[in-house]
Amino acid sequence: MRRFRFSPALIQPPAFTLGDGLIILGIAAALYLGARLAFHSPAVVHGPEISLSPLALPWYTLLSVGRMTAAYFLSLLFSLVYGYAAARNRDARMVLMPLLDILQSVPILSFLPVVLLSLTAILPQSLAAELAAIVLIFTSQAWNMTFSFYQSMTTIPMELREAAAIFRLDAWARFKTLELPFAAIGLLWNSMMSWSGGWFFLMAAEIFRVGTRDFRLPGLGSYLQAAANEGDLRAVFAGLVTLILVIVLLDQFLWRPLTAWTDKFKVEMVEAERPPTSWFAHALSRSWLVDQFGQRVWNPFSEWVDDKLRQPLSGHIASPELAPDNRRSFLVAGVWVAFILLVLYGAYRAVEVLTTLPKDVWRQLGFGLLATCARVAVALIITLLWTVPVGVLIGTNRRLANVLQPIVQVIAAVPATALFPIVLLALLHLPGGLNIAAIVLMLMGTQWYLLFNVIAGASAIPQDLRLTTELLQLSRVDRWRTLILPALFPFIITGSITAGGGAWNASIVAEHVEFGGRTFSTSGIGAIIAQATGTGDYALLLAGTLALVLAVVAINRLFWQRLYRVAEERYRLD
Amino acid sequence: MTTTTIDGDVLLELRNVVKSYATGERQYVAVSDVSLTLRPGEFTCLLGPSGCGKSTLLRIITGLNRATSGTVLYRGQPVKGVNPHATIVFQTFALYPWLTVQDNVQVALKARGVESTVRVERALKLIDTVGLDGFESAYPRELSGGMRQKVGFARAMAVEPELLCLDEPFSALDVLSAEALRGELMELWLNKAIPTKAILMVTHNIEEAVLMADRIVVMSKDPGRILTEFKVTLRHPRNRKDTAFQAEVDKVYAAVAGKKLINVNGELPQRKLPHARLNALAGLLEKLALEDGRADLKKLGSALHFELDDLLPLVEAGELLGFLSPEDGALVLTQLGRTYAEASILARKELLAGRVLRMPLINWIYDTLQRDDTRSTARSYFLDQLEGEFGDRAEKQLDIAISWARHAELFAYNDNTGELYLEE
Repeated sequence: MRRFRFSPALIQPPAFTLGDGLIILGIAAALYLGARLAFHSPAVVHGPEISLSPLALPWYTLLSVGRMTAAYFLSLLFSLVYGYAAARNRDARMVLMPLLDILQSVPILSFLPVVLLSLTAILPQSLAAELAAIVLIFTSQAWNMTFSFYQSMTTIPMELREAAAIFRLDAWARFKTLELPFAAIGLLWNSMMSWSGGWFFLMAAEIFRVGTRDFRLPGLGSYLQAAANEGDLRAVFAGLVTLILVIVLLDQFLWRPLTAWTDKFKVEMVEAERPPTSWFAHALSRSWLVDQFGQRVWNPFSEWVDDKLRQPLSGHIASPELAPDNRRSFLVAGVWVAFILLVLYGAYRAVEVLTTLPKDVWRQLGFGLLATCARVAVALIITLLWTVPVGVLIGTNRRLANVLQPIVQVIAAVPATALFPIVLLALLHLPGGLNIAAIVLMLMGTQWYLLFNVIAGASAIPQDLRLTTELLQLSRVDRWRTLILPALFPFIITGSITAGGGAWNASIVAEHVEFGGRTFSTSGIGAIIAQATGTGDYALLLAGTLALVLAVVAINRLFWQRLYRVAEERYRLD
Repeated sequence: MTTTTIDGDVLLELRNVVKSYATGERQYVAVSDVSLTLRPGEFTCLLGPSGCGKSTLLRIITGLNRATSGTVLYRGQPVKGVNPHATIVFQTFALYPWLTVQDNVQVALKARGVESTVRVERALKLIDTVGLDGFESAYPRELSGGMRQKVGFARAMAVEPELLCLDEPFSALDVLSAEALRGELMELWLNKAIPTKAILMVTHNIEEAVLMADRIVVMSKDPGRILTEFKVTLRHPRNRKDTAFQAEVDKVYAAVAGKKLINVNGELPQRKLPHARLNALAGLLEKLALEDGRADLKKLGSALHFELDDLLPLVEAGELLGFLSPEDGALVLTQLGRTYAEASILARKELLAGRVLRMPLINWIYDTLQRDDTRSTARSYFLDQLEGEFGDRAEKQLDIAISWARHAELFAYNDNTGELYLEE
């Protein structure tokens, strides 16, 4: 039985390799090139007018969902191509997999300023902001889907592959009958994760504004922000209801039916005790229209596609081995050399720019990192304090789980960034208000990952272990120490890794805000990056973003991955 | 040795086929210098213990894997890529779980460019032939193991192969389904109801081989090679209870399990430890003692519910430790073995410790530990040393050594510190 944790899977590379160094250089180079482009971005960017009329809501909703959809399909396409390449080509895998590992641990939001500024330099403003939002959502969605597809590709049982080869399936037929179906469940599961994560970034992108540069986009996020800004509680309420409605509708009419449908792609040869169900999928499966569509349109169409694709591929019988060929052509080698030279050049220029910064800035950055790190830690500790007991309660009590789980799922689905303006409205007048608000945003964005993980962990504790502990009449403390905490440990770690990443992300929008016509700022790396964006200090922007990326990657590598390994080796229950 | 002649009557010919895998600097030879000829009308069995390379050989024959060296000829032509005239019925069925029975069969036809109406017609007919009429729209998970393998056969026959390869097709089935399916296959084959010219079956089940094959090719492992060959001339349908049948089985059994490991000088020919659990060996010795110190290997296997694959490592271990010796398909308890079987638990430990220490691998570890001041050494040290000799099997060997030494209370392993240490 494949089990999914609510978190991206971790690859386990050696602590730090040459490839990692190259990738970090590559990121530095890419950031430099972005910042370089950004030199020409206009000093004043005008944002859209946001109407608070409820009549505008459907249109805004459509815009927001449209951005999400565009980004999602981009991510899907990317993950199929990237995962396929990584799985089937050994050379590509050597670079692609470490790259993926770093990319999925990098705080995505830290790229937003660079992407926005560089795009506004070359594109009309509204288009640039649209594209930046889509790119941002894409970067938040693609990695875990890609990783899932790659993993599926590499875990297809050998005999199924061999059957495909022996019955002469060509590459397309193999993809259609074996690879894609085999990957479907994992891909769907990760799509749902990505989609709900995407809301967080969409809302952040829709409300991004620093100084004279207003990068906001018309959409649900900016509607909520404008409403909170003006203290229009009725509009806030209308916006929230719309957002929740959209999330629930998508769940009922898209994700659940898909989950029920993909159940047939599981490899286990036993019927599930409680297969996923969906009333909508059930209704569709009995519909005459759908049946006719399948017979008259879909089947002929797919037959036609198969035929068209067979012609160019005929004779190429897919080899069962995953990486059959390891020949390198000169062309490929040339491209690699050119690419590496470009990376080195970019990295060199980046370093050059960085050296122009006064020494004082580095101290400031270090201090900012520490401040943000402290906030992340506080948010994580508060999260742990409440999610572990509550998660265990829900996870071990079936009746409670039945009542609470759907409610928690809906609440968790509301992106924290959408609520952030409302949090500001409530907290900003308190002393240290933004500091508290920043922590609250981190909390709201991350606690659910942990809660779901703890619930999953608690419900995975085998019944016999639980009964044994009861028979031994261990005290409450001993029970937690000998059974519950060790059993939860791997789940807490995987949850914390995702939660920590989310909290770092939140710092970009949380530490520097414009609200009610005033600017609020608190010390932290996020604030430094945001201010650099506003004032057009590109060297500082580059330094800040790079420092944040490096810090988070280092924390992941040195802290979380070690704990993760301990969890995998020592505390796994299966 | 068979002499190799090229005439129109040869379907498939292997000449000096070698398959080796390189792991780091080490080379692991899976198949060593195999020559084999298959002719039309023959039902051939490749028989041998697990790890003897028989499945690898099957994959080389069908073109799924490439031989490291040697020649593979099909109808006189070298096999390049997947052989279009051969198909495989897989041990684990290898059906696509998300396709119905009919679609699973049709997929093979579609890949060969058979037109859609013909496809449906042929698939339905084959499903009918294997007796799955009425299950066309069922998914594999709704079927029993035997029915799933019937789909596997239908799919294989759909492409009308000349050479049908069976990779332990009955070993994942329950006894009754397996027997029924064997009968049905033999009926199709003997009545020439299928256009198949030759069948090649891989198995480790001796009775199964004698029941079905015209020819049994016995393989042995380390490295995988052909040991000997039998012709089975019994008339079909064969009866397991026949004395002639039993005699044939005994003959093959003796060939597979009868070889001696220890040569005349009493030297151990190998440092490699067989993958056997010593408490299972104790059970085997007790059983032998009850049988007055001598028992037929085949009967012993069925009495203890051991497959040949489980039994052979035990026999090997027992022989290496000097507790028993194989003689023509039977096992004979040695004096030492008898003492062991009748001893108390404590005496057994002592006896075992002495014998286990004779294993070069264990002796070396024990020695190393004794020379260490702390009487403990990191597992990784031993692993590094062993990798030179055993390649990627080093870890398994070390695990077996630890498990044997634990039994004999010589040394043990602490997972927390990652160290092997001497038992006080």
